[in-house]
Amino acid sequence: APNLLPPLRPSRFCPSGEDAVKDLPPRRPRPEPGEARCQKSVTSRNQEEPIRACMNYVGNRSLCSATEAKVNDRSEQPKAKISVTFVDKDGDETVINVPIGMSMLEAAHENDIELEGACEGSLACSTCHVIVTDVDYYNKLEDPEDEENDMLDLAFGLTETSRLGCQVIASPELDGIRLALPAATRNFAVDGHVPKPH
Amino acid sequence: MGRRLLLPHTRRLMLFLRPMRYSASATATATAGSLRDPLHVCVVGSGPAGFYTAEKMLKGREGVRVDIIDRLPTPFGLVRSGVAPDHPETKIVVNQFSRVAANPRCSFFGNVTLGSDLSLSELRKTYDVVVLAYGAESDRSFGIPGEDLRGIHSAREFVWWYNGHPDMCNLAPDLTNTDSAVVLGQGNVALDVARILLRCTTELASTDIADYALDALRSSTIRKVYLVGRRGPVQAACTAKELREILGNYKMCLKNVNVYIKEADLATSPADKEEMRNSRIKRRVYELLSKAATVHQENNDNDRKELHFVFFRKPTKFLPSEDGSTVGAMELEKTLLKDDGATGKQVAVGTGEFEELKCGIVLKSIGYKSLPIEGLSFDKYRGVVPNLRGRVLSSESETATVEPGLYVVGWLKRGPTGIVATNLHCAEETVDSILEDDRKGLFTDPSGPKREGGRRAEEQA
Repeated sequence: APNLLPPLRPSRFCPSGEDAVKDLPPRRPRPEPGEARCQKSVTSRNQEEPIRACMNYVGNRSLCSATEAKVNDRSEQPKAKISVTFVDKDGDETVINVPIGMSMLEAAHENDIELEGACEGSLACSTCHVIVTDVDYYNKLEDPEDEENDMLDLAFGLTETSRLGCQVIASPELDGIRLALPAATRNFAVDGHVPKPH
Repeated sequence: MGRRLLLPHTRRLMLFLRPMRYSASATATATAGSLRDPLHVCVVGSGPAGFYTAEKMLKGREGVRVDIIDRLPTPFGLVRSGVAPDHPETKIVVNQFSRVAANPRCSFFGNVTLGSDLSLSELRKTYDVVVLAYGAESDRSFGIPGEDLRGIHSAREFVWWYNGHPDMCNLAPDLTNTDSAVVLGQGNVALDVARILLRCTTELASTDIADYALDALRSSTIRKVYLVGRRGPVQAACTAKELREILGNYKMCLKNVNVYIKEADLATSPADKEEMRNSRIKRRVYELLSKAATVHQENNDNDRKELHFVFFRKPTKFLPSEDGSTVGAMELEKTLLKDDGATGKQVAVGTGEFEELKCGIVLKSIGYKSLPIEGLSFDKYRGVVPNLRGRVLSSESETATVEPGLYVVGWLKRGPTGIVATNLHCAEETVDSILEDDRKGLFTDPSGPKREGGRRAEEQA
């Protein structure tokens, strides 16, 4: 069925989020429970924030203006991308290219894949729940933090290889990863993997 | 109730509600079997269930018009009036709902009450599909003596009060006649009200809590809150995130509160262990409570408030204080867990040992209940509308028939449990049923008694 809604543009970056991105340490920060946090999907562990300063000399005075790459200004710095396959609840597959450092939730939204993100990456819901269909890829991911596990507890159709899409960040070793969306009739991942009772 | 007159304001309302009906009627003289275009859907209730249903209807079929109605002037249901003010990230979902409402094929009408402004039969005559998503606006009660004493409120009323719901802004709970509050129930709503009572008001001041509630909490004398449950820690209905917030020591957690849990209450039976084996949530809740019980409580100077988890106690009486009309204490009976052969669950059974707990305010958090409306089948025991995957049934008996064009979603369908996201899948199921019925041609009626009925109703008014 055609998508009748306007394209999803979740407010990934609230004003405080944009400011916060400038000061982020290299390691992906854990959102504090209880604070409204925006998805800081652009920060990956190996990304550096480029700061370009240009000095303009006007007369005897120098004016310095510093510009930072905007968080969604990817054309300036071509990033490596990985291939990610989303499998929807009817089994239909969509292959997309995801820049390193972007979360799967943001990537889904940029490609009009129907992955809900009710809390927009604040670890306050479980609507971006995805199932990593291959256990090998699942094991490459870092263990979920307590806050993610708390939300996964409540996820519909939870499996042993379930993660929240907003917490899975594209990195080179995840190239080729397949993520399945949970469905009412799905009790196992599409490759036949049957999860043990959790 | 006799046949309702269509009052002038109602007639204007109905015209307003279906603006496309006349232009659509020309194209809607369909040949038998072709689909209704556009399909007019009315969703009653604008909380998560209603909005997710609208979203999925708009996506699921070309030519859909959705009208969402709500008895309040503002939308979003419990996201606005039920989520605790110190949980702002849970409310971010309103951005998603606003996008749905901004769709030109979707409209929101506030201040329209089903049952008084409109009857269910009027709605069913006017729309091809009616989806009831009005949730649960009443409470379960204990039915024990003293339940009508002053100072006893349902958690729903108290939550509506501090969230500024128009129905409860005059609740005026007395938070200054006592130092002890009792919360009956140990689900997430119980934890919410306990936390709001105990949280430092400077932290609450930066939230969207109602001003009058913040004022009342600033002058509150409540220092001790008891969370009382009939059963044990393994059966507690709360979840890990909320518990962590109360027990933890990170930035946004509850501070300056000593939490008391008796180690003896943590003993687990084989049946308990079995329950935990089958549920990841229960395992993690139990682990958090066990860890908290072993933490040595700091000496309680006057600065620190207290939160007591009281397990294996069920309320038997509310006792009045000296003035005779306000609650002054509760009588609790100790319980044991026994296997209920029928359901396989463990139930609490009284042991005949009683104790008293002094308190000046009681908040009952034992579950919400839906309200029945005229012309709608209702299962009084479960407090839901009998349905089959969202299709409303004429009764809860086995010989019930499906009510054409009438559907239900959310708490009214499943009972008052789950989180915001639970409604996503609930709405998917109901919308799947609607689309299936649509494909079968159940909403087409070339002879048009529905449309004629709607027009006739307007001509008569």
